Amino acid sequence: MKKTVQRDLFPGALEMMILRILSRQPSHGYALVQHIKRTSHDLLQIEEGSLYPALQRLLKAELVKAEWGISSTNRRVRIYKLTRAGAKHLEVEVSSFERMLEGITRVLAPGES
Amino acid sequence: MSWFKRLFWRRRLFGELSEEIQAHLEEKIEELVADGMSRKEATAAARRAFGNVTLTEEDSRNVWRWPSVEELLADIRYGLRALRHNPMFTAVALLTIAIGIGANTAVFSVVNCVLLKPLNYPNAEQLVSLHQIAPGAPGLADFESGLHLSPSMYFTYAEHNRAFQSLGVWDTGTASVTGVAEPEQVRTVEVSDGVLQALDVPPAVGRWLSEADQVPRGPQRVMLSYGYWQRRFGGDQSIVGHNITVDARPREVVGVTHKGFRLVDTDFDVIVPLAFDRRNLILAGFGFEGVARLKPGFTIAEANADLTRMLPIWMDSWTNGPGTNPHFYEAWKITPMIRPLKREVIGNVSDVLWVVMGTIGLVMLVACANVTNLLLVRIEARQQELAVRAALGAGWGRMVRGLLVESVMLGLMGGALGAAFAYAGVRLLLAIGPTNLPRLSEISLDARTLGFTVLLAVLSGLFLGLIPALKYAGPRASLALRSGGRAASASRERHRARNILVVGQVAMALVLLVSAGLMIRTFRALRTVDPGFTDPQHLQVMRISIPGALVAEPERVLRIQNEILEKLAATPGVTSAGLVSEMPMEGFDSDWDCIFAQDKTYPDNVMAPLYLYKYISPGFVQTAGTRLIAGREFTWSDVYGLRPVVMISENLAREMWGTPLAALGKQLREFPKMPWHEVIGVVQDVRERGVQDKAPEIVYWPPMMEYLFGTKAAQTVRTETFVARSERAGTEAFLNEVQQAVWSVNSNLPLASVRTMQEVYDKSVARTSFTLVMLGIAGAMALVLGIIGIYGVISYTVSQRKREIGIRLALGAQSGDVFRMVLRQGAKMALGGVAIGIGAALGLTGLMRSLLFGVTTRDPMTFAAVAALLILISLLASYIPARRAMLVDPMVALRYE
Repeated sequence: MKKTVQRDLFPGALEMMILRILSRQPSHGYALVQHIKRTSHDLLQIEEGSLYPALQRLLKAELVKAEWGISSTNRRVRIYKLTRAGAKHLEVEVSSFERMLEGITRVLAPGES
Repeated sequence: MSWFKRLFWRRRLFGELSEEIQAHLEEKIEELVADGMSRKEATAAARRAFGNVTLTEEDSRNVWRWPSVEELLADIRYGLRALRHNPMFTAVALLTIAIGIGANTAVFSVVNCVLLKPLNYPNAEQLVSLHQIAPGAPGLADFESGLHLSPSMYFTYAEHNRAFQSLGVWDTGTASVTGVAEPEQVRTVEVSDGVLQALDVPPAVGRWLSEADQVPRGPQRVMLSYGYWQRRFGGDQSIVGHNITVDARPREVVGVTHKGFRLVDTDFDVIVPLAFDRRNLILAGFGFEGVARLKPGFTIAEANADLTRMLPIWMDSWTNGPGTNPHFYEAWKITPMIRPLKREVIGNVSDVLWVVMGTIGLVMLVACANVTNLLLVRIEARQQELAVRAALGAGWGRMVRGLLVESVMLGLMGGALGAAFAYAGVRLLLAIGPTNLPRLSEISLDARTLGFTVLLAVLSGLFLGLIPALKYAGPRASLALRSGGRAASASRERHRARNILVVGQVAMALVLLVSAGLMIRTFRALRTVDPGFTDPQHLQVMRISIPGALVAEPERVLRIQNEILEKLAATPGVTSAGLVSEMPMEGFDSDWDCIFAQDKTYPDNVMAPLYLYKYISPGFVQTAGTRLIAGREFTWSDVYGLRPVVMISENLAREMWGTPLAALGKQLREFPKMPWHEVIGVVQDVRERGVQDKAPEIVYWPPMMEYLFGTKAAQTVRTETFVARSERAGTEAFLNEVQQAVWSVNSNLPLASVRTMQEVYDKSVARTSFTLVMLGIAGAMALVLGIIGIYGVISYTVSQRKREIGIRLALGAQSGDVFRMVLRQGAKMALGGVAIGIGAALGLTGLMRSLLFGVTTRDPMTFAAVAALLILISLLASYIPARRAMLVDPMVALRYE
């Protein structure tokens, strides 16, 4: 392992976070990045560019849809919205993720074995 | 969404993606600027945070793509660009590949259509030729065609067989057709019932000949070939039901064959029914070829067994006349050897074709080696580019694939061009039309041939690209960045691939040149064989037939023939004229029979050895230039006086009586009741079936005699080859005079097969000359490519080693040393190639044994000469670069880089 401090996200994590943010409100790419940074308190180091392939994957899977609109800073941007399939997918993903996390946490918890 | 719509939609999508990412960056920059950064710092920071924009875009697009195909398309675009940027290289490489593939495609199309495709009959795999041999028949081993069928055999086989759907016998001949326009000699096939039924091709017009047309002395019928019908009757359908005059006898036309229909491989004008008269048939008369269609599920072995079973039935059912033992043929050991009809049609040409295919394949390998060398040189120049790509993160797999795509494209483009060459080549071949190539009319570029071309193109593309790709785009490609620029002197390793290729080229060139050399030796050996006639270019030959319906009385026929000979001899420029039942090498079916000598004893008095016999007129031996060894020629008074005389060939005289002189005065006869004929002359042996085959023993009868056909009444031979010796032979004016001379005797006599003996001779060696030409072309191509290979590699090494050579010279090496060093490199490759080539040739020339004559497959002369030639030429090819190396100016060379 090159750096222990900075850990890559597991596959699908970024998509899950994007879906979660979009489930609260539609937003454009830059806003998504800012949102992730802000809410994670900079704990997650993600390369901003990696957002876009993830968004394309979601678009292709028809979990989100995109429309051109005007951002709060008065810029022509593409605004992403969750689809119904996206909402369902998010639910499944989150619950399976939580189960996995719980499993990992239990194993890692000190002195229980 | 349809695939097509998606393509356009995707283009828009990708545009939007770039716009979106751009917007992202700008938003970020603005924010950073608002936070107090300079615009320049902000731009850098934004890009840093974003990561590789191009890669991001690429990854985003890939989500929508079918990545492998699209990368392949990209590789193709890239490859095309690379080829376009190097037009000289591309042109040379393309042309080399195209010639190679073109030659291979052309030859394959011949192999495919002649050897591989089924014959042009329905269910052709059921068709067989009724070949049989008779190892116990003395003299018969000399006759390549084996023992033909007799009419009585045909009836037995046709009536008692279990293995065949239908079965028949046939023969070729000529006939004159009169009353239509000028009298015309046409090619005929005579068929029994069963032949056309076996072949099972519907007629174009009218009906096939049927059993009802085979009644002796019944209605006279005939069928026309499509070609003759078009040529002579303009394709007029109403000809069916009308009469034409064949051999002065009216026959009703019942139908026209299908276009392109051939009987086995015989092209003909009319089909005449054989109409055997069963009451007159005897056991003998083995003059017909048999063709049959097997019943479904029957194998050739079962069919052979079926024929074997019927042989005793045949001997029980027929006789050779009172007092003869019908079972004496048991001693002949007649053995059916049924062959697929296809083999019969193809004959001995398959050896030639496979050898030619093999040599052309070798040329292709040599050509590929050359182009690979070119690619290696070019890729060396592109090493920097490859190293940069590797450094920028291109995987080596992807790079290898890119290079392979490039070379396969080269192969495919070469293949397309090659297919065009092949098309032209095949047209040329059809135009030249070597008559000894069977199924010539069927040759074309069909789907299988084009498939072969594509396969060859792809394979050669892979072969071309593999070595350079693995060598330079492999896992160690990045090394090139370090060593590429101011390269050290060429490392041994860098040149190994090229050297190996050149050694291989020399070896293959040697194999091809040795094969060509052996063919040249064969051809020379054939030329030195005395064929038994002299100056063939001055011998005019023609066939003239006098049908019984035109002139009935035998002696009258001879008088007419004699008169024609006199007119011919009186034609300006003619020194002499004569006639013979067939000239040597003319390719007509030979006549042979048991010949008895008075002073020998024979078992059962019916079992004499079989010998070839001919009828010759007085003056023929002198005209043909056949040497008279002992005694004298026939005279006209011998012939008209029906004197019992005969002439024989030298080898027959030696076989029977030891010397030609001892043969004079001895007595021979063919039939038991025939008077003994006295041997009055012995002539030189004649290479009857071509110069390759040993001269058969021959008996020469006079053209008119008693018992000529086994019955007492004096008979003459009605179809003869007339021969005139003249320096003007073959010229148009001469032919016109000859025609007039013949017509002045009888205007109803057509001339046929008008040729000079030289043409007949050339045709008999056509197989050898065709092979020689093909191998010669292949050898020359390989030689030229090999020279280019050696020259290219050596001059490239010299240019690469300029600096090293400069240092050597600066350190005091003599320019002569340098010169020798370079020459030595060339010589080493040549010697290596020659050594390997000799080894390979020793193994491979055995495959062409059947094509050789008068030379062994390991002829030391040829091997030595070719090896010396190759070494010499290799040295010459390295001479120019060696000179250049010698003249290197150390200062310039060292300063250069």
